[in-house]
Amino acid sequence: MRAEALLRLAADLAAEVGAGSTFMEVCGTHTMAIARYGLRDLLPPDVRLVSGPGCPVCVTAMHDLDAVIALCGLPEVTVATFGDLIRVPASCTSLAAARAAGADVRVVYSARDAVELAAAQPSREVVFVGIGFETTAPTTAASILEARRRGVRNFSVLAVHKTMPPALRALLDLGETPIAGFLLPGHVSVITGSACFDFLAADYGVAGVVAGFEPGDILEALLMLARQTTPAVENQYTRAVQPWGNTVARDLMQRVYEPRDADWRGLGVIPGSGLGLRAEFADHDAALRFLVDTGESFEPVGCRCGEVLRGVTDPTDCALFGRRCTPQEPVGACMVSSEGACAARYRFRGLDD
Amino acid sequence: MTDDHGDRILLGHGSGGRLYRDLVNDVFVAAFRNPVLARLDDAAVLSSSGRIAFTTDSHVVRPLRFPGGDIGRLAVAGTVNDLATAAARPLALAAAFVIEEGFLLGELRLLCQSMAATAAEAGVLIVTGDTKVVERGACDGLFITVTGVGEVVVRHELGAAAVREGDAVILSGGVGDHAVAVLAARGEFHFRTPVESDCAPLWDLVEAAVDAAGAGVRFLRDPTRGGLTTVLAEVAEESGLGIEIDEEAIPVTPGVRSVCELLGLDPLTLANEGKMVLVTAAETADAVVAAWRAAPYGAQATRIGTVTSAHGGRVALRTRLGTRRVLDMPVGELLPRIC
Amino acid sequence: MCLALPMRVLSIDGQMATIAAEGLEQRASLALVPDAGVGDWVLVHAGYAINVLAEHEARETLALLAELGDLSDRPDDDEG
Repeated sequence: MRAEALLRLAADLAAEVGAGSTFMEVCGTHTMAIARYGLRDLLPPDVRLVSGPGCPVCVTAMHDLDAVIALCGLPEVTVATFGDLIRVPASCTSLAAARAAGADVRVVYSARDAVELAAAQPSREVVFVGIGFETTAPTTAASILEARRRGVRNFSVLAVHKTMPPALRALLDLGETPIAGFLLPGHVSVITGSACFDFLAADYGVAGVVAGFEPGDILEALLMLARQTTPAVENQYTRAVQPWGNTVARDLMQRVYEPRDADWRGLGVIPGSGLGLRAEFADHDAALRFLVDTGESFEPVGCRCGEVLRGVTDPTDCALFGRRCTPQEPVGACMVSSEGACAARYRFRGLDD
Repeated sequence: MTDDHGDRILLGHGSGGRLYRDLVNDVFVAAFRNPVLARLDDAAVLSSSGRIAFTTDSHVVRPLRFPGGDIGRLAVAGTVNDLATAAARPLALAAAFVIEEGFLLGELRLLCQSMAATAAEAGVLIVTGDTKVVERGACDGLFITVTGVGEVVVRHELGAAAVREGDAVILSGGVGDHAVAVLAARGEFHFRTPVESDCAPLWDLVEAAVDAAGAGVRFLRDPTRGGLTTVLAEVAEESGLGIEIDEEAIPVTPGVRSVCELLGLDPLTLANEGKMVLVTAAETADAVVAAWRAAPYGAQATRIGTVTSAHGGRVALRTRLGTRRVLDMPVGELLPRIC
Repeated sequence: MCLALPMRVLSIDGQMATIAAEGLEQRASLALVPDAGVGDWVLVHAGYAINVLAEHEARETLALLAELGDLSDRPDDDEG
């Protein structure tokens, strides 16, 4: 979509949106896209676009991060992880620092790469950190099935995947911020289907639009939200998302995972919001295969990531923001993660004309 | 070299004795071919008038060979380009090798030939050097350090302090190619791409800019590790001035674009080994761009931005949508995001 | 966790496929889209295809990406 068309969309949005509306996006990749394309510059001044608990790295509880670090300390273990996790601060250290101190930590692009790593190094125990929402969870599930099929016994997964709908419910149940509508995650919806989010309108009277990731997609979705007269859940990203989603992927998830309680930074323990491996896959469950003592977990002093993730605190309202907490020296996950609200906000400081 | 020494580097090759002498003559002198080096004195004697630029660079790239180049070409071009950022014509190079025991001699010969060819392209000779051999496992095959001296051809001081409001920012071509080529060659992320490293010596390019702009040239730097973003951020920070960059003006090849979309990388932060960033007085900008487009390795040269007094110390990128974001020094290491 | 790129299936062997975008070729698993065939466009995330796109849908996304990231035509005029 050419810049002129986008600007027209933005103008339409400005004309049609209700004053003082707050919209929330709940996908780290939307946070990134909005920052990358400078979309806040195009929004009407009294429209708030708030970031919610959509960055899977940011919402991973400190206790879970400490478990990953503890695994690094086992001499026979190779920790394989997506690159996003490398610099995230755990209670005492990070994966990057642990690696520099001699831990065997490898960045992989795919869960499959971790299986290949295990197959190639039978003397090592390869633990893949299964982090992410419904877009990624099926890929981890597929990798476990492949490892089992190929007899790769030294491959296991530390399952910290989470699902979005319970978190959205928990957020709305808290009722802290009046949210006019949600920008819903486009690729999570590829898997879950857009119908998965119908409950927002049905149970809470809150609007939602499933959105793609190009600037035109995001502006169009916001315009769709603005135009709704009664709250409904719609799909802007029709070129990739159907109401029913990817049933093969969901069947795979059903086969490998069962719902567990999961601890979300900012939201606490949300029942049934996590994905744990079924007993049948105990052989590939790192939480069962390795006993680690994580010690006490604690959040950094003064860190307000939890409130930022609920959308109740703007990153700039955190006393550490831009002072003690910067992308170069991050205190909390929201600043170090490339998809974190604080990192995204930081890019915009001081550009007022 | 007699056959019974086999075709691999031995620890004895670093010992300073007969084996060492044979290696130097048969591999290094044979490849670099010049009367100064052939004397094999411990020091090469040079003469020059005027100001001297002096620089050194170590190269530890992995893998040693990659599409578009190899560690040899990289080592020579890297040092030539560092001299070029001081507006210095390369005068002489020294090459120091740390070689792992067991390294293939045939491979070493080829890399030295690559160094010789790159040096010849830059119009400079490798006149002295050193070789050490370390035990298997003590280094990653081969490390090369190239030190260079050059003759500064301008009278005025270059650097961030010379930059003025209104100056033009010019980039010699597309960004991200070297990093993507090396990432692909490393094989960790299992993708194939026709993208090649842009590794190249750029003295001719810089000379063309100096001829076109004279005292208007303020600042030169090659965007290696940390990419274009780092160079721009450094200029802004060191000069205390702001920089406005037009995102649409920055060339990026399709392959680089695709790989970056796939892995979640930003082409502006990726390393280049055959590109130059130049800040020059506004009235000279057109002449520099024209001169670069006519020069080797400058066909895609373009003006990408302007120095401003607003938002001092920071770099603002104007997106294709007309919105803006700040370009900060990248943090951490090169790694792909998937989320 | 949503980076995904539309890519075209060039060949399939077993559950793996060779897929391509402009200037890029990669291997990805079709475990989540077993019905994908050669010539199909798929959305690829973390080494797995997550759904099959109709060609016009894929092209639309690629066109949007290209509009935002193409090599630009040489600007005739300097910046203001």
